Amino acid sequence: MSDPRERMRLSADRDRCAGAGMCALTAPEVFDQDDEEGLVVLLHPVPLPGQWAAARMAVGLCPAGAIALDSPDSTAP
Amino acid sequence: MPYDPTAADPATTTAEEPPILPADRHTGCPFDPPAELTALSDKPLRRLRYADGHLGWLATGHAAARAILADPRFSSRYELMHPPLPIPGMPQELPPAMVGDIIGLDAPEHTRYRRLLTGRFTVRRMRRLTERVERLTTECLDAMEQAGPTADLVQAFAQPVPALMICELLGVPYADRERFQSQVATLFDQTADAQAKGEAHTALLRYFDELVLAKRAEPTDDLLSDLTTSDLTDEELAGIGGLLLAAGLDTTANMLGLGTFALLSNPDQLEALRADPGLAEQTVEELLRYLSVADPIPRAALEDVEVEGQLVRAGETVTVSVQAANRDPHRFPDPDRLVIHRKATGHLAFGHGAHQCLGQQLARVEMTVAFPALFARFPTLRLAVPPQEVPLRERSNIYGVVSLPVTWDEE
Repeated sequence: MSDPRERMRLSADRDRCAGAGMCALTAPEVFDQDDEEGLVVLLHPVPLPGQWAAARMAVGLCPAGAIALDSPDSTAP
Repeated sequence: MPYDPTAADPATTTAEEPPILPADRHTGCPFDPPAELTALSDKPLRRLRYADGHLGWLATGHAAARAILADPRFSSRYELMHPPLPIPGMPQELPPAMVGDIIGLDAPEHTRYRRLLTGRFTVRRMRRLTERVERLTTECLDAMEQAGPTADLVQAFAQPVPALMICELLGVPYADRERFQSQVATLFDQTADAQAKGEAHTALLRYFDELVLAKRAEPTDDLLSDLTTSDLTDEELAGIGGLLLAAGLDTTANMLGLGTFALLSNPDQLEALRADPGLAEQTVEELLRYLSVADPIPRAALEDVEVEGQLVRAGETVTVSVQAANRDPHRFPDPDRLVIHRKATGHLAFGHGAHQCLGQQLARVEMTVAFPALFARFPTLRLAVPPQEVPLRERSNIYGVVSLPVTWDEE
């Protein structure tokens, strides 16, 4: 479990964020939006494996390319 | 395919004259893009001849459309663009965005305005409106039922539900709608001439000028009042107010009207939704993909950019066809079928990039409530005219039905 290759790491760039809410819609356990500007709030920079699929989808859907993924390859469990 | 700058551009060496943007849907399925547009979708990005003679581009592939809309080297500023189709009475060169029309701005100006608004349209805030949308929907359905058993679904349901909601959110009295409803329709009407559009815009701004003054004098609990405490000028407030109202009035309304028509025309899909209302959210995504009512999205290249192996030169306009991209078979298998079980997520119906629809989470809540409520209230809902007689909103920036005559069996 401590093998870093078996962890997904996320980072979010609030300067790039467009506040569209796609991440909070797609992976609400991992992402939120602040009430003031509606920009991305990363709740779990290292999500649990059960949250990986939704997190990956959120990365792909982000209209502003504001979420980066440093993950095990997609064949990982 | 790697880009080779020494290779001849086949688009400019071909003897064939590039096509103009196909716009008429007068034949075939009312939910499909124009057949001529589909015929041009064999290449993701191709040359297009513009109204003023400009040689620009048409993007129909999903990946190409997404790449262009996400790329800040493609500008949203109107004054840099060539219109794909002639606008009656409009000079060849487009004027820059009016004050408050943030759709026609780039960063950092666009970012400054957008950040004042995004906090008001978050997923959480919009979901909190669910009960309110349910109440408004129920009231509209009650009125429709009492006046039944026939109705124009557009007048009775598709228009008032989102109109009541956006008015409440902004702080615009719904009773004033004769001062803004037809004006907004004119702004989106591609057949309206420049003078009519100008008059509609002036009337809308005059209305919002008055409203902004009223909110400053006596703030109420709404978005427009809250924005009066920002550093926005009265002129900016009126412009932004007009834009948000127009966007909230005419987009979801057309999705509800055309979406109901589409579901009634696909009874197996409607039956699946009725059987499992838990499918409402993904039905909404699939309807967004399938209908793509807000189309196309124009951009202007600020510098030379390579897209899909083609070089788009600085100064060239690209017309991104969202409806074609959302029917790209490489992205959505069997794209011309409405399939509510499909994973339609990733569609570009709300656009993509920094300008992606600000109100999309509101639209999702409205549609997720409204469609199931409509079909639950009227289990026998059906068209009251043959489908080919349903009048369509041809030549509008927002596609839809003009009216949708429906009927149902009374209990």
